Amino acid sequence: MATTMTTGSTQTPLTTLQFWSGYPRFLWRALIAATDGSALFYGWMTTLTALALVGVNAWAKQYALGMGVTGLSDHVSWGLYIANFTFGVGLAAGGVMMVIPAYLYKDRSMHDVVILGELLAVAAIIICTLFIAVDLGRPDRFWHIIPGLGRFNWPMSMLTWDVIVLNGYLLLNLHICGYLLYTRFLGRRPNPVWYLPFVLLSIAWAISIHTVTAFLYQGLGGRPFWNSALLAPRFLTSAFVSGPVFLVLTMLIVRQVAGLRIPVAPMRTLVQIIRVAILVNLLMMVSELFTEFYTGSDHSSHAKYLFFGLHGKTALVPWMWSAVGLNVLAAIMLLHPWATRKPAWFVVAGVCAFVGVWIEKGMGLIVPGFVPSTLHELVEYTPTLAECQITLGIWAAGLMVYTLAVKIAIPILQIPIPEDSGH
Amino acid sequence: MIQSRNSHEDPPTGRNAPRDLPVVGQMSRRTAVKGVAAAAGLGALGLATAPMIEKTAQLSVEEFLQQHFKELTDADKQTIFERLEQEAKEKYGATVEIGDFPALEGVRYGYAINLSLCNGNGKCMEACHKENNHDRATEQSYIRVFEMAAGSTNFGLGTTHFDHAVPQKDKYYLPMQCFQCDNPPCVSVCPVEATWQEKDGIVVVDYNWCIGCRYCMAACPYHARRFNWKPAEIPAEEVNPDQGYLSNRIRPVGVVEKCHFCLHRTRVGKLPACLEACPTGARIFGNLLDPNSTVRWVLANKRCFTIKEELGTKPMMFYFFD
Repeated sequence: MATTMTTGSTQTPLTTLQFWSGYPRFLWRALIAATDGSALFYGWMTTLTALALVGVNAWAKQYALGMGVTGLSDHVSWGLYIANFTFGVGLAAGGVMMVIPAYLYKDRSMHDVVILGELLAVAAIIICTLFIAVDLGRPDRFWHIIPGLGRFNWPMSMLTWDVIVLNGYLLLNLHICGYLLYTRFLGRRPNPVWYLPFVLLSIAWAISIHTVTAFLYQGLGGRPFWNSALLAPRFLTSAFVSGPVFLVLTMLIVRQVAGLRIPVAPMRTLVQIIRVAILVNLLMMVSELFTEFYTGSDHSSHAKYLFFGLHGKTALVPWMWSAVGLNVLAAIMLLHPWATRKPAWFVVAGVCAFVGVWIEKGMGLIVPGFVPSTLHELVEYTPTLAECQITLGIWAAGLMVYTLAVKIAIPILQIPIPEDSGH
Repeated sequence: MIQSRNSHEDPPTGRNAPRDLPVVGQMSRRTAVKGVAAAAGLGALGLATAPMIEKTAQLSVEEFLQQHFKELTDADKQTIFERLEQEAKEKYGATVEIGDFPALEGVRYGYAINLSLCNGNGKCMEACHKENNHDRATEQSYIRVFEMAAGSTNFGLGTTHFDHAVPQKDKYYLPMQCFQCDNPPCVSVCPVEATWQEKDGIVVVDYNWCIGCRYCMAACPYHARRFNWKPAEIPAEEVNPDQGYLSNRIRPVGVVEKCHFCLHRTRVGKLPACLEACPTGARIFGNLLDPNSTVRWVLANKRCFTIKEELGTKPMMFYFFD
């Protein structure tokens, strides 16, 4: 540790000017890496571009015609966008499950791939920001929420806290990824002073983004379905399923597509994390459902609507049982030793868990908060085509960002770093 | 932390070693294809965003840069009111007058409703609809009357959808609107302070500052807030020309609105439109700070209750059976 705290022991220190002089070359190299690839890469990026453009066009129409093009109403005033926003925050926070083993438990094998988690955080926060932007009735007034320019209702509004933590998390991860990639590009060992404090801060920060996002809902006394102390812990637990699943799938894809040799150890660690998190998540769900259904108070009408339907309204019932089925199936599959040995087995289990959490943390959480309404009226919500197009478009845009980021990072990570004479 | 790779289980192989930077000459064809693709992509983006750009072009610089209501000087307000009056003329063909109507000193509004008298005739909803320039297509109103099951305060057993003769046997009628809570959850959650409580207790919205996030709608336990999903449709001759900036002026699309106790009327000594329209005399409105007001007499002499008292919102709307 002592030798790594200084970069001077084995490599000559650079002046600030010398350090930055390689930056234009770095950017050029990034541009080449981002635009050069196989036919598969071009096909993938073209598909994502097309989907993103369809989404952009649908958003442009929504802006021109008003939010009336959505299936939302005064009764169900948040829907698909906020559902995906919530899930996206979890994805961003889930990336931290690589950072913790890498830096707190000094898992060496994790070090070379931890950047995949940090890049995921960046892409996921971009996705979240876009979902908030498309949910606004007046995106043209976006500047009203910028501290200093508009009027920032901090600390009272949890939404202002969310603005702070999400943007802070984005900046932290941009800095960490940017610094580590650039020093690696220069063929130098990074100076821990410039990234370690940020990495440690980002761990606490990752927990905060999903906690604050949960507080957004759980602080509302008028919405009994959300007004539960279990919401924030459950958010985190499910995030530790979806984030690591996404990362293992990414590693499997990168290994397959880029022919990159990725050590098995980090994947194994992540699968262990998912195994525990998915079980804890199921346990919390059982605990919540027990409270709702055993008490049988009027407050349980949301859970009744979600799981069994209420007065013949059953829009969410098939979704929610799918989520339960997928989560249980994934949990069982993950317990099997094949989860760490057979990639195909994991892929099936991982996709089940990912989709399960997406339903549960998305539509299964946001919509039943509004159904029945605060005055017990039953108005259902079904997303319109426009909402689906915008949602798909945002996911496509986010995947584009992530693909490019990974594509730029991988060749740079192959650059050898000088040996440390201390070892 | 970042240390020697000696112990690494998978050292990088030659296959994955970095390649040299591309030579420009060899790349020319590929670069050209990339250029064409980028141009096509940008062109498609231009086409895709066309409706948004067209709509943004209609937005005036003054409207875009308009400051929060509390930061406006009287002169600013005058200019803005004139601009909004001009807009009402252009969009709705109506000549309107928009005023400021600041809160009065020594006033705290309270509303009481005699549920023994209310018979669910719905005149209050209708009056609100007209007074507050609500969208005609959706028959919007800040008031909704619940037909409740006798002996129960469970809204789940009530309904707002009834079109039979009233009053029905075994039913009672409960009008709901914004309670102008003394501890309003909708105000705390607003990220941009677009909604606030004035000193007379009325919770208002600056329709030109609201960003339309609808967090306040999620926070309100009483379904008191409405969102402008589409531009309001009102025939020119039906537009109420006496308008307040923070109350009944025609709201822009994409923002939240709510009952404001008809502040453009009540702050100049008139009664709320819903009260004036009520044929049963169930509605009692007044100044809670005035010991001689009727609403104070009701609070002192009738056994009043508020809705969802346990949430700590402290509603300023009191219900009682006589």
